[in-house]
Amino acid sequence: MAQIKLSNLRHSYNPNPTGDEDYALKKIDLTWEDGGAYALLGPSGCGKSTLLNIISGLLIPSDGQVLFDDQDVTALPPAKRNIAQVFQFPVIYDTMTVYDNLAFPLRNRGRDEDIVKRRVTGIAEMLEVTEMLGTRASNLSPDNKQKISMGRGLVREDVNVVMFDEPLTVIDPHLKWKLRSKLKELHQRVKATMIYVTHDQTEALTFADQVVVMQDGEVVQIGTPVELFERPAHTFVGHFIGSPGMNVLPCDVKDGGAFFGGEQINLEGPVTGTGDGRAEVGIRPEFVSVSKDGPGLAAQVRKVADIGRHKVVEAVAHDSRVHAILEGEAPSTGDAVMLDFKQSQTRLYKDGWLASSPGEGA
Amino acid sequence: MKTQNQRAWLFVTPVLFLVAFNALIPMMTVVNYSVQETFGDNLFFWQGLDWFEQVLKSERFHNALGRQFFFTFMILIIEVPLGIAIALAMPKKGPWVPFCLVTMALPMLIPWNVVGAMWNIFTLPDIGLLGYTMNHVLGISYDMTQDPVAAWVTIIVMDVWHWTSLVVLLAYAGLVSIPNAYYQAAEIDGASNWAVFRFIQLPKMKTVLTIAVLLRFMDSFNIYTEPFVLTGGGPGNSTTLLSIDLVKIALGQFDLGPAAAMSLIYFAITLFASWLFYTLMTLNDNKS
Repeated sequence: MAQIKLSNLRHSYNPNPTGDEDYALKKIDLTWEDGGAYALLGPSGCGKSTLLNIISGLLIPSDGQVLFDDQDVTALPPAKRNIAQVFQFPVIYDTMTVYDNLAFPLRNRGRDEDIVKRRVTGIAEMLEVTEMLGTRASNLSPDNKQKISMGRGLVREDVNVVMFDEPLTVIDPHLKWKLRSKLKELHQRVKATMIYVTHDQTEALTFADQVVVMQDGEVVQIGTPVELFERPAHTFVGHFIGSPGMNVLPCDVKDGGAFFGGEQINLEGPVTGTGDGRAEVGIRPEFVSVSKDGPGLAAQVRKVADIGRHKVVEAVAHDSRVHAILEGEAPSTGDAVMLDFKQSQTRLYKDGWLASSPGEGA
Repeated sequence: MKTQNQRAWLFVTPVLFLVAFNALIPMMTVVNYSVQETFGDNLFFWQGLDWFEQVLKSERFHNALGRQFFFTFMILIIEVPLGIAIALAMPKKGPWVPFCLVTMALPMLIPWNVVGAMWNIFTLPDIGLLGYTMNHVLGISYDMTQDPVAAWVTIIVMDVWHWTSLVVLLAYAGLVSIPNAYYQAAEIDGASNWAVFRFIQLPKMKTVLTIAVLLRFMDSFNIYTEPFVLTGGGPGNSTTLLSIDLVKIALGQFDLGPAAAMSLIYFAITLFASWLFYTLMTLNDNKS
């Protein structure tokens, strides 16, 4: 168990990086608190797996340090770091039984057979694989194989961190849910730090207390699922989390107010960001209301999608697309409507980054 | 209603003819010879199982069979571990991969009789590179036409040179198919190099190694051309393997009956040993 700190981390797969674009990871400073459940969320190719492999020691970063409880482990090999990692595809030792698979990391470290037995039976019970202990691991179904891979990570009593690299990729959808809740339960029981890498927002948001969102080798935002949803620090987070993602509308900033197509949009509070960068208004579809003749922005409905629990309305205002999520009655395609943005949830972004702060009233 | 007729059999007849003429009829001819005696002029006399009894009791056959087993055992025990070791040492990616693969495949592309002739010249004590170096540079007496030990060493080394590549290429194919995550997981699990070999690489190579061992067993057990060209079975009878002996009896002495009986016994042994190998090597697969 340890606090893990990444300090000034950079990594390039190119031996002679020249510019920023050669770096798979660009300057990461991050602290993972002991015992936390973290998710590392981002699109494919954003550097999640690179970051994970640096923490586990499979990769040595080009620059910067990895600290476990303030001790520099940057150059240590994986076996010396006391970490566990579960891979995308289940890794099991085909010729061994399930029991021997689970015992393997302990036996490699020379633990007594009594301890091995106690730990293995304990983990098997937690994972509900006790009745499979005697079978050969190669005969298991993919979800059980993945459970065994997880078990091998959890079987050591003193792991600093357990990392999951998109572990549910090969699992059938109806079993994904089961394994995910199992993981959450395991986290509460073993109290080890867990880092869960995924590009699936549902997986990230259900598993983690803290979600780290990455894009292009950079950490964009760290926060609880609620924070990420309500106050995205970057338009990328707004897009990436939520279905559909946040509406981002180009605007002009004049006298501390935001103007979209000439009409003033009431923001949550004062504009904080300075500079004259590209300004945008961000509002979640959940906070856009649609009416025939209420206040707001004139728009025309282009598409209405009924996705069961609610309807997604796509409207066009000043040549920009705006999504709204409605429950109950919805207008039909072609209707002229008024869109109203909930003021406390309307944010301003400059060059992609959040540039407004909540006002007193919000 | 479906029309029912037997016309589909027509499509099978070419195969039937092919198999008949290249396997069944020659095989039955051999069976025919094995139970009869002939003095030429196409006259045959019924002999029963006498030839089989004679072959099985003959010391000459026992010796040739013993030499054959020794030869096959030696080349398997050398080629399989050596092939695995070379495959492990070969690069898994990068510009050297094609170079290594082509170099490895080269010996296998050379025809058997050329291999025999090459090694024959190579080992000549007065002009062969190896023979000359051994005798005149290193001062070690080496002449495989005189010394049975030298002859044995030479045919074994020759076969290792010619056929280890087959094991290498098959083992290599098995190795490169292992996903990287296995090695990473093993590293995290604290596995030693030996454990990685024993629990990841060897199990993943098992299927291809089974094929490699079977192929090498059958080929080496039936080997004829290379030792025939290299040593001709000598000096004396010291390197007369089963196939060489069989050809001597059949074509040298023209004893068709005993030769036919011997080749059937030979065939039965090869078949049984192959079955045994295969059964033993796949025994664990079906266990749960």
